[in-house]
Amino acid sequence: MSATQSTYNYKVVRQFAVMTVIWGIVGMLVGVIIAAQLVWPDLNFGPWLTYGRLRPLHTNAVIFAFGGCALFATSYYVVQRTSHARLFAGGLAAFTFWGWQLVILLAALSLPLGFTSGKEYAELEWPIDILITLVWVSYAIVFFGTIAKRKVSHIYVANWFFGSMILTVAVLHLVNSAEIPVFAAGILTPKSYSAYAGVQDAMVQWWYGHNAVGFFLTTGFLGIMYYFVPKQAGRPIYSYRLSVVHFWALIFTYMWAGPHHLHYTALPDWTQSVGMIFSLILLAPSWGGMINGIMTLSGAWGKLRDDPILKFLITSLSFYGMSTFEGPMMSIKTVNALSHYTDWTVGHVHSGALGWVAMITIGSMYYLLPRLFGKPQMHSVKLMTVHFWVATIGIVLYIASMWIAGVMQGLMWRTSNPDGTLAYSFVESVKATYPFWAIRLVGGVLFLSGMLIMAYNMFKTMAGGSTVDAPVLVPAGQHA
Amino acid sequence: MNIFVNQFWNWYVILLVLGSVLICGVFLWSQSIHHPGSEQTSDTTGHVWDESLQEYNNPLPKWWMWLFYITIVFALVYALLFPTLGSFQGLLGWSSSGQYQIERQRVDAQVNPLFDKFLKMDLQTVAANKEAMEMSARLYQTYCTQCHGAAAQGSREQGYPNLTDKDWQWGGEPAQIVETITAGRMGMMPAYGGNPDAIGGEAGAREVANYVRSLSGLSNDSALAAKGKPKFETVCAACHGQDGKGMYALGAPNLTDKVWIYGNSEAKIVEAITKGRANQMPAMKDFLGEAKIHLLSAYVLNLSMGGEKK
Repeated sequence: MSATQSTYNYKVVRQFAVMTVIWGIVGMLVGVIIAAQLVWPDLNFGPWLTYGRLRPLHTNAVIFAFGGCALFATSYYVVQRTSHARLFAGGLAAFTFWGWQLVILLAALSLPLGFTSGKEYAELEWPIDILITLVWVSYAIVFFGTIAKRKVSHIYVANWFFGSMILTVAVLHLVNSAEIPVFAAGILTPKSYSAYAGVQDAMVQWWYGHNAVGFFLTTGFLGIMYYFVPKQAGRPIYSYRLSVVHFWALIFTYMWAGPHHLHYTALPDWTQSVGMIFSLILLAPSWGGMINGIMTLSGAWGKLRDDPILKFLITSLSFYGMSTFEGPMMSIKTVNALSHYTDWTVGHVHSGALGWVAMITIGSMYYLLPRLFGKPQMHSVKLMTVHFWVATIGIVLYIASMWIAGVMQGLMWRTSNPDGTLAYSFVESVKATYPFWAIRLVGGVLFLSGMLIMAYNMFKTMAGGSTVDAPVLVPAGQHA
Repeated sequence: MNIFVNQFWNWYVILLVLGSVLICGVFLWSQSIHHPGSEQTSDTTGHVWDESLQEYNNPLPKWWMWLFYITIVFALVYALLFPTLGSFQGLLGWSSSGQYQIERQRVDAQVNPLFDKFLKMDLQTVAANKEAMEMSARLYQTYCTQCHGAAAQGSREQGYPNLTDKDWQWGGEPAQIVETITAGRMGMMPAYGGNPDAIGGEAGAREVANYVRSLSGLSNDSALAAKGKPKFETVCAACHGQDGKGMYALGAPNLTDKVWIYGNSEAKIVEAITKGRANQMPAMKDFLGEAKIHLLSAYVLNLSMGGEKK
């Protein structure tokens, strides 16, 4: 391979990669704090540090700060290397980094102060929403600009997934965050109200909410999977055809699934049913990604034994397969009647968030960090393996306790006496859940400990490293 | 029931949903009938990215395709049976509100006789009946505990009355208790803070507050209380009575007992006088019905007689 004069822009990738680990720790620490508040309510220091204000901070920090930085880092890395071109518009790429960090800082301040639009996973108020829009449009220009100047005719599959994520999240954010600012005594305030009302507002919100899961946390991270799994396994993708079919089927059906968040509500029955049937159809397209990932490794299973990066990647695909099976099942109305509003939902979300999103992020960061800092590998491979086991045990404790707690709550709430009265008051179900919240806290603390091990490993790897950008490679088959 | 403004939107939904389900199947079928890579599974597509990234072109796994087809067929059958396609109700005629009605009727038919047998007894008799008290305790824990608390001691912060004492705002006779739960109550203490003529502003409110504290034997500034007395007798007595013993008909609390809904500090009483109080017991008539209200009334009566305390 002959090097041309041009290099890949690793600086912005490096920045986002380091912040992925930092924000991961912050977001998960807030998660541990609110989990502890459920065990020891005295830990609510109010009003700024109460559960109600910290919970949206936790979700925003892990989804948009941790997950968002991971997506920026990996997509910028992958799109350059698979397009064989330096990142388009470097200044704009730098703006996406600093702009996104500003969004996160503003979120970390405004949410504890009580500023919220009240929309789940879209709590940030309108001035921050505008900043998000500016950053996201810049992201699209940088990403698609790089695709446009690619030196290979075919666009690599990972980029389809990143691209669909960027486009769809833009649409979701603009539509759901349409809001009307409040003027108080003629002065513009940071408070706003949704442009929609009543059940339409709820439907728009969960169209957004479910597709935030579908596109931000699924297709975006499938993009990560499609680069890092074949790279680390050293094997070709199992099936190009499968990737085509499951890509189009996945992005098409995800759009319809939102109403399953509103079963047995004021939403019309037909809308609920439409959400349910498309959620079930979603099962096979979701599993397409898992099959392609796991079958790519087939034939190289031996590498799993001593490669902690592959351990993270393959475990994440297993959790992905499990939670994308669980999701369609929970969308069935009769199952949802039991699971809705219980901790089962919390367990389901975390098998996706910790098991899939965090595990694949951690695996890809362990792949990236040494390359970005000019080292042959991470400072300690052993600590990566320790991290893997601590994280995995943490997830299992978390999910298992929430499953049991959720099913128990659902059953307690519906049990009635022969005279038709409820067998348990609400507070009795809270009391019964208490030990499971304690187990969940232990699981969360374990997962957070793993992130701290990772941070130590990362800083040791960075120390004395060189931050040289790699040269842009000439595509294979185009050698002079 | 047609929930669409016109038939256009109804058909728009029907065709869009059916078309979208079918297109998934057609797409899957079209991608599986000819698979160019199937005979040569060890060969890649020929593209290489970033030195080493390549793709095999294995055919779609059979079991995966079957899974996909089955979910599509399930979706179509479901849409035929249950309300999915616009205003088409589905062949089974199911609706979520219909399911609620059916379950409600089934449970009512089962449990109503249990409640109705107590309806014929007077409240005192019901209050002494062990089975009735067990049933009503469960009703209380389901419907009343949210405001009045699991131990029925209310909340001073929120102004929810304690049901275990012998004090009544609206009367403790059986008929009065039944009326309170059936039709609800709206308690209202007017605000005098903005009307200096009536009480004399904040300073006057302190005088009246000290007089009110003297009525129930609480420590007070006697000079202030003496100034407050005539004000009480001209303004407050209209509802609370000259003797301060209150009036059930208006829900005006007795100020001479030791029971305070919002607290008895001078500050709390001044707050009540200057800012007023508004409180509400919701009407339960349509929600619970006569028989359950009868049992709950007996339960509350029993509570005030010192029963059911553990």
